[in-house]
Amino acid sequence: MDAYQQTALQALGDPTRREIFERLTRSPLAVGQLADELPVSRPAVSQHLKVLKEAGLVFDRPAGTRRVYHVDPQAVAALREYFDAFWGQALKSFQSAAKAHDDHHQKET
Amino acid sequence: MTPAHGAAVRHSITVDTSQENAFATFTSGHNRWWPRDHHIGGAELEEAVIEGHEGGRWYERDVDGTQCDWGKVLVWDPPSRLVLAWQISGEWAYDADLLTEVEVRFIPEGPERTRVELEHRGLDAYGDGMDQMREQFDSGWPGILQGFAAAAAAT
Repeated sequence: MDAYQQTALQALGDPTRREIFERLTRSPLAVGQLADELPVSRPAVSQHLKVLKEAGLVFDRPAGTRRVYHVDPQAVAALREYFDAFWGQALKSFQSAAKAHDDHHQKET
Repeated sequence: MTPAHGAAVRHSITVDTSQENAFATFTSGHNRWWPRDHHIGGAELEEAVIEGHEGGRWYERDVDGTQCDWGKVLVWDPPSRLVLAWQISGEWAYDADLLTEVEVRFIPEGPERTRVELEHRGLDAYGDGMDQMREQFDSGWPGILQGFAAAAAAT
């Protein structure tokens, strides 16, 4: 589950993070600006941004004394993570199915 | 057949069964292993189907009888190779204009042992789509986010 928890999907599963991400799709914003707009404390916003950043959905850039957060417009990395986790799970299930089918056959013959 | 560029994910797994059975399980036995919560139809998933021929459909049939295409069979070469077109958009709907490829190779390592290598490639097609959507509508992202959220909630 460790890899899965870091996926973009997981990051966007939280409503506050989704809200932050949606706001960043409209324009780049600094932590303080986000905290002013949302009913969430500044440290909480920072924590959410950290998760979004680790999931590859946003990146930050210094602007004077602040750090401004931007959405990664491609987000292909996020999709790659999604598919990576998805196929990993699907193939494990496939592995079990192939084995079970084989065992069943051997019992029949 | 193989795009020279494009983001891809690769996975490989070894199964304790013959090459023939591995191929059959993946294709005709598709519904036995496909993760039940990964589908795009409105109703509960009844069956996930890969039609066993080149040009065959890859689709889901739901409990209410509706069918949703996911893509199609591009290469049908049993028991060693299968290439599927995955044509599900960032908004979790079938999109005939979107093409990503899932290639699956079944490599025998013994009479009862097969390595299965899977590559899902051309994922940058989504990036192009996203850019287009952003140009066309400011609201392009929320649709994608809803899809992300739905998938996240389902896992």
